[in-house]
Amino acid sequence: MSSVMIDTGNYIAAKAAVMARPDVVAAYPITPQTTLVEGIANYRDTGEFKGEYICVESEHSAMSACIGASAAGVRTFTGTSSHGLLLMHEMLHWAALARLPIVMCNINRVVGPGWNIWADENDSVSQRDTGWIQFYCSSNQEIFDTVIQAFKLAEHEKISLPVMISYNAFILSHTSMPVYIPEQEEVDDFIPKRKPLWKLDVDNPITFGNIILPHEYEKVRRDMQNAQEYAKKLIVEINRDWERRFGRYHGDLLDLYKCDDAEYILVAMGAIGSESKVTVDNMRKEGYKIGLARLRVFRPFPGEEIVKLGDKADLIVIDRNVSIGLGGAVFNEVKASLYGKSDAKVYGYIAGLGGKDVTYGDIEKMCKKVVDGKAKHMEWYGFEKGGV
Amino acid sequence: MKKYNVVTTISYPTKGAMGKTGNWRVFKPVLDKNKCVKCLRCWVYCPEATIIRNKDDSVDIDYEYCKGCGICADVCKVGAIVMEREGKRE
Repeated sequence: MSSVMIDTGNYIAAKAAVMARPDVVAAYPITPQTTLVEGIANYRDTGEFKGEYICVESEHSAMSACIGASAAGVRTFTGTSSHGLLLMHEMLHWAALARLPIVMCNINRVVGPGWNIWADENDSVSQRDTGWIQFYCSSNQEIFDTVIQAFKLAEHEKISLPVMISYNAFILSHTSMPVYIPEQEEVDDFIPKRKPLWKLDVDNPITFGNIILPHEYEKVRRDMQNAQEYAKKLIVEINRDWERRFGRYHGDLLDLYKCDDAEYILVAMGAIGSESKVTVDNMRKEGYKIGLARLRVFRPFPGEEIVKLGDKADLIVIDRNVSIGLGGAVFNEVKASLYGKSDAKVYGYIAGLGGKDVTYGDIEKMCKKVVDGKAKHMEWYGFEKGGV
Repeated sequence: MKKYNVVTTISYPTKGAMGKTGNWRVFKPVLDKNKCVKCLRCWVYCPEATIIRNKDDSVDIDYEYCKGCGICADVCKVGAIVMEREGKRE
C-alpha cells in the first residue's frame, strides 16, 4: 500500500532520505536546498528521523562529517547546492576515493558571480571527475524513487561509491507535485540496514586513507572506473526491481520517449529533459519523426546507449551547462561516445543558463532549425540576432 | 587480511609498514641514562612509539624506526636526551 503526498521536490527528497533511515545527516543550508534540510530537521523534531543530525559551519565540514560517519560504517545522507557543492569539492574527491557510499541531493543552481539562485547545471557538471555517480531527475516522483534507489546502488559491495542526485532549482525544488510514498516496511525491505565492507572500529583498528605508493594508487583509480562501468548494469537491475515492487519506471540510464521510428532524437537532462516531452508530442502531431532520450545518469556516462540512438537518428543535444573553452558537456561527451561507431550528425545548443526559461516552444524552435538545415554545429540559443 | 570486492585505501597496522624508517634520520636522539629521572615524558610524546618503556620505567630508543624528529629531546626536562648529527665522529 502506498499513500500520496503532495509536496515540493525538496520536501519529497527529505521524506525519501528519512525513509531510507540514515544514521547520520550532516548538512549546511543554502538556497535553494534550504527546505530540504529544514524538512529533515523537522522529521528529527517529530521523531520520525531517529538518526543523528549534525549541524556544521560549512559544506566542507558537512561532507567531512559524512565521510567520518560513513567510514564508521553507518548510512549517511546530505544535501547542498551550487557554491555549497563547490566548497565540498576537495571532500567529494575524498569520499569517492575512500569508496564511501554517501548519498547526496544537489539542487542545480547557478554559480556566481553575478549572484543568481536559479536553475543551471554547471555546479554538478563541474564535479563530474570526482568519482561520484550522478543522477538528474525530472519529477518529484523520480526524486523520491532515485533517493531510495541510490542507497542500494551506493552500498552495493561491488560499487561502494557516493551518489549525487541533482534536480533543477525551483523548477523542481520548490514546485509541488503528487508523489506516491511506499510503506516504510517496503522501503526497509528494499534497502536493509547498511552492511559496511569495512569500518573504523577501535576493537579492530585499521588506518583509513593512509600513504599509498604510485602503483597501488593507480589501482584505486582504475577500480573506481570499473565500479562505474558495473554501475551501468546495476542501475538497470535496480530500476527493474523497483518497477516490479512499486510499479514505477523512469527509464534506465536514458529515459527513451518515442525514439523507435525517430529521425531526430533530442538529448537533454533535468528539467529541460521533461519539458522536451511536450515538444516531442507537439512536433509529432505536425508529422515530425522526433524522439527524446532524457539522460538520467551523467556518470557513468551511457555511451553505448547513445551509440544505439545514433544508429538510426541524428541527435540534438541541449546543455544547461557549458565547459568554457569547449562547449556543452553533454554535447561533447555524446560526440566522444559516437566517435568511430556512428555516422550520426550531432547538433548542440546551450540554453537556459542562469535560470533562463527554456519552454517547449523554445525547444521546438531549436529542433526545427536543425530539421530545416539551418542549425550550426553548436550554438547558443536565443542569441541569433547579434546576441543580447 | 580481508579481501574486498573493491580496491580500498584502508590498511592494517603492522610494525614497519613503510619499511625501516630509522634511515630517514638526520639527527639522532642520544640518551644519558645517568641523567634520566624516569618521568616518561619522552615515552608519552614520541609520535612514532619508538621510545621503549622498560619494566622499571627506564627507557630505550628503537633506532630502527626512530625518524629523529627530536620531540623527545625537546620535552625532556633534565636534558637527558640530546640530538646529534648522524655519522658524527665519536
